[in-house]
Amino acid sequence: MITLDGVTVRYADSPVAVLDDVTLHIPEGDLALVAGQTGSGKSTLLGCLTNLVPRFTGGHRTGRVVLDGTDITSAAPRELADLIGYVGQNPLAGFVTDTVESELAFGMEQLGVDPSRMRVRVEEVLDLLGITDLRRRALRTLSGGQQQRVAIASVLTARPRVLVLDEPTSALDPVAAEDVVSLLSRLVHDLGLTVVMAEHRMERVVEFCDRVILVSRGSVRSGEPREMLSVSPVAPPLVELGRRSGWSPLPLTIRDGRRTARAERTAWREHPPVLGTLAAATGEGLVADGVVVSYGSLVAVRGATLTAGAGLVTALVGRNGCGKSSLLWAVQGSGSRKAGRITIDGMPAVPGDVALVPQTASDVLYLPTVAEELALADADADRSAGSAGRILDELVDGVERDQHPRDLSEGQKLALVLAVQLVREPRVVLLDEPTRGLDYAGKAALTRILRGQADAGRTVVIATHDAEFVAATCDRVVVMAEGEIVDDGPARDIITSSAMLATQCARVYAPVELLTVAEVLTARAAS
Amino acid sequence: MVHRTVDRASTIGLGEGSDEGSAPRRRENLLARPRPPKVAAVSSAVASVRSGWAVYRLPRSLHPVAWWLWALGIMTAASLTTNPLVEGLLLAAATFVVVSRRDDGPWARSFRLYAILGAAVFVVRILYRIVFGGGDGDHVLFTLPRIPLPSVVAGVRLLGPVSLESILYGAYDGLQLGTIIVVVGAANSLASPRRLLRSLPAALYEIGTVLVVAVTVFPQLAESAARVARARRLRQSSAQARSWRERSRLVRGLVVPVLADALDSAISLAASMDARGFGRAPAGSRRHRVMAALTAFASVGCLMVFAYDLVSGTLPSVALGSVVTVHLRDALLVAGVLAALLSIRLSGHGVRRSRYRPDRWLLPELLTVACGFAPVAAVAAVGAGPDAAALSPAILPTLDIPTLPLPLLVAAVVALLPSAITPPAPVATSEATA
Repeated sequence: MITLDGVTVRYADSPVAVLDDVTLHIPEGDLALVAGQTGSGKSTLLGCLTNLVPRFTGGHRTGRVVLDGTDITSAAPRELADLIGYVGQNPLAGFVTDTVESELAFGMEQLGVDPSRMRVRVEEVLDLLGITDLRRRALRTLSGGQQQRVAIASVLTARPRVLVLDEPTSALDPVAAEDVVSLLSRLVHDLGLTVVMAEHRMERVVEFCDRVILVSRGSVRSGEPREMLSVSPVAPPLVELGRRSGWSPLPLTIRDGRRTARAERTAWREHPPVLGTLAAATGEGLVADGVVVSYGSLVAVRGATLTAGAGLVTALVGRNGCGKSSLLWAVQGSGSRKAGRITIDGMPAVPGDVALVPQTASDVLYLPTVAEELALADADADRSAGSAGRILDELVDGVERDQHPRDLSEGQKLALVLAVQLVREPRVVLLDEPTRGLDYAGKAALTRILRGQADAGRTVVIATHDAEFVAATCDRVVVMAEGEIVDDGPARDIITSSAMLATQCARVYAPVELLTVAEVLTARAAS
Repeated sequence: MVHRTVDRASTIGLGEGSDEGSAPRRRENLLARPRPPKVAAVSSAVASVRSGWAVYRLPRSLHPVAWWLWALGIMTAASLTTNPLVEGLLLAAATFVVVSRRDDGPWARSFRLYAILGAAVFVVRILYRIVFGGGDGDHVLFTLPRIPLPSVVAGVRLLGPVSLESILYGAYDGLQLGTIIVVVGAANSLASPRRLLRSLPAALYEIGTVLVVAVTVFPQLAESAARVARARRLRQSSAQARSWRERSRLVRGLVVPVLADALDSAISLAASMDARGFGRAPAGSRRHRVMAALTAFASVGCLMVFAYDLVSGTLPSVALGSVVTVHLRDALLVAGVLAALLSIRLSGHGVRRSRYRPDRWLLPELLTVACGFAPVAAVAAVGAGPDAAALSPAILPTLDIPTLPLPLLVAAVVALLPSAITPPAPVATSEATA
């Protein structure tokens, strides 16, 4: 269906090519997953298929792109609108109109589709994606999952033959993400659509995909999922476990995994492995008592009482829009708070006690270089010059001081924002969705950083959707729903008892309470 | 009516019976007693009128241009009179139509803002008269202590005696302006500017889309500014320096991330629009393009000469026959506008683009526009007749009680009619504005 022939992409004043002489073929009707580390060129590869690279990104591209026998190398993206549908990372940023129905029609209006045909197609696509009751809704009022569905619907109405998606589930909670992935798989099976998608959290997609395209350091390899995943530098936990255990064939689904691990599981059920003991809190830490946050008539947090012990990492989980962010901002003190008392180790919180890394970390950064940001942080906190810099170096290696903060990788940006806040030596650190845009290596690094902060006696609270990250990082889990706290307990208990939060390892070994690959390996070494 | 009597007679004749059995027997009854041809014709006419009315009343949004023209008519009438009774009636009519015919979109809620603005204008006008006076008469209501001013500003006075006449001047003015503002608000909430832009001719499509996008992006900009401002507070030092440098830093801390954000989202929006085919429709054939350019050029030429003559007044009038005299300047204006319209039409010719559920121009639209212009006609009629004074009730030298000539009352009621004769606004699904 799509063939790339000797495609090379080089961005301005960069000596390294993002894609170097890439030759790739994607057959018709495949669901292809583009995988690779952060910054490896996944988005660039997708951009080459839609010709948005280099038109909207700058840079220089050579080579040929052939779609179904036609050379489209020099075609403008608008000429491809009825052949290739493209859904970007943030669906809201790509919406042109204001309501669902007119958004669905926009593409067809450009193509000059006959009005009566247009009407029929809109109805069909509304049904196909199950968004009929959203048709008159304003786009801005939709939830993340609904927005993603509408974005997919709005390109489907043009009847493209290929659908290209850039991280369609990265901003969604587990349920919404699962929904979108199964929707895509249905489109592939029912409509014979060719789907190419990039995704960080591969664990949801690998079982559906027909082909994995690995991008690393400019080169691209593609092939059968099992074959590619056995050599991939990024792999979901289940595949990681399979590789470490030497399982063949490599398990891609929980069912495969459970079948392969049956013997081990039965053995462990009879002689449960010795699990690591729970870290104990070194102090009372943060207590936010009876917090209420409301915006007009909308109640975001309904008298929630959050406790997070010092020296522990606490996860705050719950679906999109359940009030996690509002609670964190209220605890920090910058967000609105209608009621509630915040104490730290029994004392009322004072400004500077609580640091918060917001969801869009770069909002906090506005100076042209990393060095200036660090100097400003030192000055603000009345610390000697270089304090923030030292913290940054402890967190991550090799952040160039003369770089623009916006040019840093997501992980580096996060570390910089953290360093800038930690220089004031807060006793509580809050993070709002820190794992968005991080690959497995980035998450592992963040885990190390946060455990380090907890070991130093700080209280760390993370609002997140990422079950695997919670399992690897957190001691306690607090579950929120509709602005209230509905569950609170040790991470192991909550994760293993929840259908949605369970990690892949937990599902494979249930009822044995093992959460991560590392734990399984330790348990194995011990027995 | 006729139909119904026959029906009832037959049902009564049936007496008790199961529902299933009743329908066929009733038909039998009707067949047994053939109706006279005249009755049949009337009943079928009634039936067709009834079904026509049902179709007419199907909830739908009226063409946005119709609402704007309706509002334009009311505004024109409001600006031609200072009679508070007429203004009050027009205000009430516009408000009533809004309440009964607006949909539940975000724009519809803007009417409240306009009403508040109108009220504010009214109050400010009166306060102005109280503070500065002007148009004072004999009926002094109360006297405020006058604030003496230096002789440099002689002729301006602050406070002092407040007369009824002065306040009435302010009230009449304020009511007129307030009415116009509220009527603009009415048009705005009945048909959002966004929908108005959608009905632009094909040649102006790109401009329309750009404006729509701008309208969409604006709240996003406000949102991202709020988000960044909140994030910025995370880094504020506890001891706030109030120096100039500190402040410039705060501004920079807000502006840089917001602009970077806006730029990012502009680029991704442009990419998305391009990928979805925006701007792909070809601009028609070469011949049409050339013609469009020529007519546009001619239009601009005509209008330039017209504008020049407006200032210098050198163009003569031309006599056509013995009765009609045409001023060349007016002819140029008409020619220029016509050429502009032709150019827009030509450049939109052959554009392969279509509209999803275009707004249709049917009978209700026509009636609405007519209702909107009824007050203008009434004002013009009254102005030409013996009651002309009623349009601007005198305050000085004698204080007249405003009167309401019948045509103006009727016109105000007609302006109200769209609330009943237009189809109701579509009801959105339950969560439409959640």
